[in-house]
Amino acid sequence: MVLFPVTVPLSRPLAASGRSTLAALGSIGQASALFAGSVRALRDIGVWGPLLLPQMARVGVASVPIALFIAMFTGIVMSLQASYTLTGTIPLYFVGTMVGKTMILELGPVLTGLTLAGRVGANISAELGTMRVTEQVDALETLAYNPIAYLVVPRTLAGILMFPFVVLLAIAMGIMSGWLTALQLLDMSSPEFIKGLRLFFEPWDVWFAVVKSVSFGAVVTGIGCFCGLQTDQGAEGVGRSATRTVVVSSMIILCLDAFWAAVLL
Amino acid sequence: MSIQLAGVHKAFGPKKVLRGFTLTLREGETAAIVGPSGCGKSVLLKHLVGLLRPDAGTVFVDGRSVGDLRRRELVELRRKIGFVFQFAALFDSMTVAANVSMGLRRLPGWDRKRIAERVGECLGLVDLNGLGERFPAELSGGQRKRAGLARAIAASPKYLLYDEPTTGLDPVTTSVIDRLILRMRDELGVTALVVTHDMTSAFRVADRITFLHGGKARFTGTPAEVRTAGDDVLRGFVEGDPALYYGL
Repeated sequence: MVLFPVTVPLSRPLAASGRSTLAALGSIGQASALFAGSVRALRDIGVWGPLLLPQMARVGVASVPIALFIAMFTGIVMSLQASYTLTGTIPLYFVGTMVGKTMILELGPVLTGLTLAGRVGANISAELGTMRVTEQVDALETLAYNPIAYLVVPRTLAGILMFPFVVLLAIAMGIMSGWLTALQLLDMSSPEFIKGLRLFFEPWDVWFAVVKSVSFGAVVTGIGCFCGLQTDQGAEGVGRSATRTVVVSSMIILCLDAFWAAVLL
Repeated sequence: MSIQLAGVHKAFGPKKVLRGFTLTLREGETAAIVGPSGCGKSVLLKHLVGLLRPDAGTVFVDGRSVGDLRRRELVELRRKIGFVFQFAALFDSMTVAANVSMGLRRLPGWDRKRIAERVGECLGLVDLNGLGERFPAELSGGQRKRAGLARAIAASPKYLLYDEPTTGLDPVTTSVIDRLILRMRDELGVTALVVTHDMTSAFRVADRITFLHGGKARFTGTPAEVRTAGDDVLRGFVEGDPALYYGL
């Protein structure tokens, strides 16, 4: 008689956490199955091959303007904040060092990755989610297509191939805008900025950015496809999948960012 | 060899949709499965093309158990089956002609010219001549259904499955779709299974009608037998009488 009112409220959060754990484990299993299916579907080049270039244009080329826009303002802010931080203590040419290092190692890949998680990941998720709820994915299967080869492989490969391209452009834009800001607003000269830029530059830094962006591309497009194909319950489900894609991709991007820094630097 | 469903059970979580459904289709006939919305009619159709697997029981197509087929065998089987989806399920980023050609592009030995000719033929069969370059969003509901039918028949399937082919259509367009279903049987000689809750349509197109109720085939007979059946639940459904149907 005494326990009953206590056990009921206690059992609810336990049951809820159990359900959440099972759901999370289920999702991991399904994601692993999708990954294995994608690797197998690579053999079906006749299906995904013709779709790769259009997807590269959608995922990569179409993302360049927003990536450049963000990188441009990041470079400006980096330059101004570096100058503010360093004034009176450290030579001003270190502004070039900070802009270059930060853009290449961190802000270029991560900010671009987060931006594309919204632009590309949500787009893929909503598109595939709509195809799922309107039975277009089922229709593909009845027409003897492997939906993974047709939908997942070209998008994921496009992400892996094009994210580094977009990230490198964003890094270049960030450094350029930081340089111009230093020239116009900080009374620095080009030789000074370039001196700082070259001071601690390592070619490996660029490879580090490329490795990170490849992994971000795989994550954003892969999660977009996964969440899209898991969609149910109509328009509401499509919205939920898009949101889930952005949230989960962003979290994994930040985890991978820390992982690569620990492993590669 | 044709299509046979033997004691098929299917549940989604706690909801048991099919509870031992059994049906055999005869070669060349058009059969209809009728029943209220949500009773599992579409679920049944998806079992026939391997989109769903039964929890128990077996689905045979041409004598082979669909649930036991490997991926490659399933692909071969699907080439024999045309599936007309409830809302057409046209790929909205493609033109109607590209939609119709999708299945043909997977067939060995089909070049562009042959595919284009076949697409034209199929669009002609469903009276959509000249609309091949339109996108699905530019079509009416009836045109979309016909485009979905053209896509389903493009690869000359042996079987045609229709999922609620007349849902959401006006009576005239419904009649047009029904005539197309009969035309497919007469001109292409396909064995067809139509699931619908539209009794007028079922009476018009079906050689045999099966009433799906409680997850089982409650009654199977010719349209004339369905009209004269003494089963109150079936009569309630056919006549749209809730008192009879629910036994109130």
